[in-house]
Amino acid sequence: MIEVKDINKTFGNNEVLKDINATFKAGKNNLIIGSSGSGKTTLLKCIVGLHEPTSGDVFYDGENFTKMHFEGRVPVRKQIGMLFQNSALFDSMNVEQNIIFPLNLFTNMSRAEKHERADFCLERVNLTGKNKLYPTELSGGMKKRVGIARAISMQPKYLFVDEPNSGLDPKTAILIDELINEITQDFKTTTVVVTHDMNSVMGIGDHIIFLHDGQKWWEGNNHEIAHSDNKELNSFVFASPFMQAAREKL
Amino acid sequence: MFTDLGRYILLLRLSFRKPEKFSVYWAEIMREMVSQGIGSLGIVAIISVFIGAVATVQTAFQLISDFIPKTVVGSITRDSTILEFSPTITSLVLAGRIGSSIASQIGTMRVTEQIDALEIMGVNTPGYLISPKVITGLTMIPLLVILSVALGISGGYIACAVSHDVSTADYVAGLKDGFNPLTVTVCAVKSIVFGFIITSICCYQGFYTNGGALEVGQSATRGVVFSCIWILFADLVISSLLL
Repeated sequence: MIEVKDINKTFGNNEVLKDINATFKAGKNNLIIGSSGSGKTTLLKCIVGLHEPTSGDVFYDGENFTKMHFEGRVPVRKQIGMLFQNSALFDSMNVEQNIIFPLNLFTNMSRAEKHERADFCLERVNLTGKNKLYPTELSGGMKKRVGIARAISMQPKYLFVDEPNSGLDPKTAILIDELINEITQDFKTTTVVVTHDMNSVMGIGDHIIFLHDGQKWWEGNNHEIAHSDNKELNSFVFASPFMQAAREKL
Repeated sequence: MFTDLGRYILLLRLSFRKPEKFSVYWAEIMREMVSQGIGSLGIVAIISVFIGAVATVQTAFQLISDFIPKTVVGSITRDSTILEFSPTITSLVLAGRIGSSIASQIGTMRVTEQIDALEIMGVNTPGYLISPKVITGLTMIPLLVILSVALGISGGYIACAVSHDVSTADYVAGLKDGFNPLTVTVCAVKSIVFGFIITSICCYQGFYTNGGALEVGQSATRGVVFSCIWILFADLVISSLLL
């Protein structure tokens, strides 16, 4: 479980996050949604420690991550897997090397065990046999899947996903969503997904936080979101005529 | 400027923390040695031979007289190659060849979130990305400079054989005449210092890249320009102190 308490983040005079409080439970798909510039990626980066919050704390299973120094954070970070918006695969390494990179650094597994683990992770994301391909040889969807395979290679307790569907066709986007959901259920990870994709929201949103203007504006799940009377949330979720028509039929 | 200096020093301090796993860092050092060392052999060989040849031809042109022994051409070529041409010119060229590569490589990793991915895993990113490059610079650039000295002096020999301004026998005699081992010490100190300057400055510029492709290019340019300026400054300081 991850708890976020009174997180504020400012860049110069720009107040990006204002008093954010949230709890992300294990085994759930926790979605952070909001329009562009609402602060959702900044919140994610504050949670994983890529940004230091101006004030407030982040707790991983009760341990105050924000107050930890570099060495103290390493054990927590070994339990974190993250898929970046652009996958962030290491260009100089092939698919298998990308996946076993954290295993090389942080485990004493034998070469055979590492290859076995890489094969398992690739099988999990339906990329069996693609071990020797380089990131430049992969499509956008395949890169995302390799990113997920790398994220789960260390069997993380916490999985963070930043805009998993950006730049993907709807069918591939749904596959990625299903994969994230399966991993969350199978490994009981605390999964935090930043997205503005409505298919993801409706499909896997066990717990949803809506950010507006740097503040938490609404909290609920994918069933409640359709019937919410929150004006800002509705103007975000049901922005298109298609979604408005879909809501009327609900 | 002081902010940059502070950040540079802090980054170097972080770079030399205890590695997570020595074998992974060692593999990275070996990879860098191939990239920086073997990859630079061609350009170093070409410039060294030509510099040595040109130094010999021009020295011969200026000093050939009945009152000056012809062996002096060999001595001057040897000393100028060891003291200045090989360490400084080679390092300036390597600042372009290696430095721009380092800054753009790390800069690209920064803007494509690869460095963030390393940090999320719990990797000491300055240590993993910078220390192998700096260690390689400290070892491979001096080796390249030694090679450059040998090839520069050989270039002078070839120039003598081709131009006949000075006989090869006189040139070789001049090489042996009045050799001062201090020049080799100065050459070694310069090449180690220049190796550190090139790799550390370019790593710093790459590591703090912000933005996109344009900024990566700017970081690479800044890395090369600052490296060249600091090489020239360090050249003057080392020469003044040691000679």
